[in-house]
This record gives sequence, structure tokens and C-alpha cells, in this order.
Amino acid sequence: MNKLGQTPSQTVGPYFAYGLTPEQYKFDHTSLATPVLLDARKNSQDAIILRGKVYDLHGEAVDDAMIEIWQVDQEGKFQIKPHQGFFSIGRMGTGTIEGNWFEFTTCIPAAEKQGQAPAIHMIVFMRGLLSHVYTRVYFEDFKELNQEDPYLKLVTEERRSTLIAQKVQESPVTIYEFNLHMQGENETVFFDY
Amino acid sequence: MDTTQNQRDWTSHPPLIAPGYKSTIFRGPSQNLITVPELMKPSSGPIFGLESVAPLDHDLTKNGIKNGEPLGERIVVSGRVLNQHGQPLKNTLIEVWQANAAGRYVHKRDQHHAPLDPNFFGAGRCVTNEEGIFKFYTIKPGAYPWGNHPNAWRPNHIHFSVFGPNIGTRLVTQMYFPGDPLLDYDPIYLAVPEKARERLISSFDMGLTEEGFALGYQFDIVLRGHHSTPFENE
Ligand SMILES: [Fe+3]
Repeated sequence: MNKLGQTPSQTVGPYFAYGLTPEQYKFDHTSLATPVLLDARKNSQDAIILRGKVYDLHGEAVDDAMIEIWQVDQEGKFQIKPHQGFFSIGRMGTGTIEGNWFEFTTCIPAAEKQGQAPAIHMIVFMRGLLSHVYTRVYFEDFKELNQEDPYLKLVTEERRSTLIAQKVQESPVTIYEFNLHMQGENETVFFDY
Repeated sequence: MDTTQNQRDWTSHPPLIAPGYKSTIFRGPSQNLITVPELMKPSSGPIFGLESVAPLDHDLTKNGIKNGEPLGERIVVSGRVLNQHGQPLKNTLIEVWQANAAGRYVHKRDQHHAPLDPNFFGAGRCVTNEEGIFKFYTIKPGAYPWGNHPNAWRPNHIHFSVFGPNIGTRLVTQMYFPGDPLLDYDPIYLAVPEKARERLISSFDMGLTEEGFALGYQFDIVLRGHHSTPFENE
């Protein structure tokens, strides 16, 4: 049987903000997904902040990237009707926090499948990127699980560190930092699902 | 199981670095993507339904109204979201955003010297029905200049963001209009391999056209994915 051809990808462009992340950019329109996945008022012990920047070849932090994260909850489920204060998809543009940060309030997910380490899916969209790219955010705390993770095993030893979020603050809230390097010496590992 | 069906088909998608589109040179990854074996791929994801859209979300001719009708040519855009086997994908969320009839976005960074329309916001969303069909009303977007090269103009286009059944089917694309002379000069469109380009061009459809109200354009979207995928989450 002849399969239909896939609709080609195109860049998200520089003007996604009011279409995809309107609340964050203070447009008068609701957002489907926001930088807050976990309602920290209800789940304060579990809340973490995941933040980072997107660097281009010149080491400049990009101010018009859109980062989307997908993750299961602590029970391993995708939640799209907000469930116990958790929503599985987060979105943030890098144009509203000085320094061009993305910053999500979320929790560390359960491992999605047996034998995997906890990880957050991350999709990068931006002007200058014709097809989005996928990466995975692991956490430095899970050293042993990370060692056995089948995705990390696909990556050469020296590039694995680009996929591990570093804990930069413990309290009052735990902050993990995960910077993306689109090119250059520390180019982030991207996966093709 | 046919293990090739879930791949992103790089003979259909633009490369990550396409020198004609200048910012790809320092923003597109230079190293090869790491291929994930079929069995490891995430096979499910969140499903959005009708609860994700508000009543006016699919009508951009109304959802930005402040004190009158938006200016420009009203159009209705409809199509089906399918997988590569031609099966319709229901409950598929589509988000759109676009310039107004004069080629201007409401985005604060858009410096194009063309008027904003106080009654046009230019963003909306809809969800496909049981037959995989979506439909929204809007204003035909204008062309606009950009800084990629001297005298660079983007062809008329509507930006689309689509969620399929799993993370692998996520797609962001742009819909173009038939017969647009700017397509031949646009490095974003031309970055797509030639055989796949026309999939991005909508077709004028008299049958969709609503008498006395709006011209109809048809735009089908094909997402990758194994043919069992849409039923996994039922
Ligand atoms: Fe555009």
C-alpha cells in the first residue's frame, strides 16, 4: 500500500508568542499550556523548578525559542485534564525573563517505562529551526538509574552530560538547571523519535 | 510490525541547517540526531479533546473583535488530519496564528510598518472531529518583509501547531496559498525537499466556500505514526 507523505515541518518563527504562549507574554488570550505544570500550593514538597537557557553557535542565549516539556506525573501517567494539580505539558518562550531563561514549575516524573530513569521530554522550537528537535532531561540525583537508562546508553559517554540537569539550589525550592547548546563544543544531544 | 512507519521521514522534512535561511546556520544542531529504536519510542501521550477549546477559538474573524469587524478577505480553512495510512485522527488539537490582512502580527517584536487591526488578534485553536476534520474561520493573511536577505518577503501563510497521539507526531508547520508568486523566493518553503513542498499549499475549494461570507481553502495534514496508534488510548 502506498503510504501518504508526511506533512513537512516548518519553523515556528519569531512570532509564536501570542499564538502558543499568550498568557506568558501578557496577550489577552488564554494559554493551553503554561510554564507551571505542578500547582505548588497543593504539592509543595514535590515541586521543583527546571530552568535553563538556549545557546546558539555564538554562545548567545536565544530570546525567541519556545520550549515545550512533556512528562508523566509521579505515578507515571499523562494528565491533560488537570489532575491533583498536575498538567503534563508545559510551554515557555525564552523572551520574558531577563537573561532569556525558560523556567518550569513541575515535579520529577516517574520513570515512563521499566528500566528507564526519570526523565522529562523536551521539544525545542525556534526561529532558525525548520524542524523541532527532541531531547530528554535527566536528573543528576539518579546516578545508578541513569547508568542503566536505555536512552542514555545510546549516547557516547562524553556527550551524556548534556542530558543531565544539575541541582543548583536545594531550598526553599529545588532548582535544576538544564542548558541547551544548539551547536558548539557542548552541543546538546537530540533524539529522533 | 512494520518498524519503519514511525520514523520522521527526512526526505519530506527540511534539514536542520539550510544555508538559504540564515539563522539555521547557528541555531540548527550540527551533529546527527540519535535514532531511537522502535520499541523504545513513547507510544502514547496526552489526548486533547473538545474541552481544550473555547467557543470562539476556531473563529479568528470574531475572537479579536473590539469594536467592529476585522479588515480583509474572510476565509474558511478546513481539512483532515490523517496518519500515513489515510486513517483520520480524531481529537487532534490544532493551534494557528498568523499575520493580519496587511501582513502584520500583533507580536510586540513585529516592526513591519503596516497597520495593526484593532479587531483582529490572529490566533486560535480547534480540535478534529470523529472524521479527523478541522475547520476554522479567519482573514487571509498578508505577505510581510523579513531580514533574511535583501527584499525578502514571506509568502502568505498561516502557522499551524498540531498534537497527534504521541510525542513523535508533534508537528509545527505553515500552510501556504495556491499560486503565490513569493513561494519561489522563500527559503523557508524552499528548504523543504522538492517532492514534499506542495503538501504545504492549500487548495482553493468552491465547495467549502460559504456564499456571501468566506472563501474556502482545503488543507490536509498527514502525521507519521503506526496505524494502530490512534486506537491505543481508547
Ligand atoms: Fe509568519
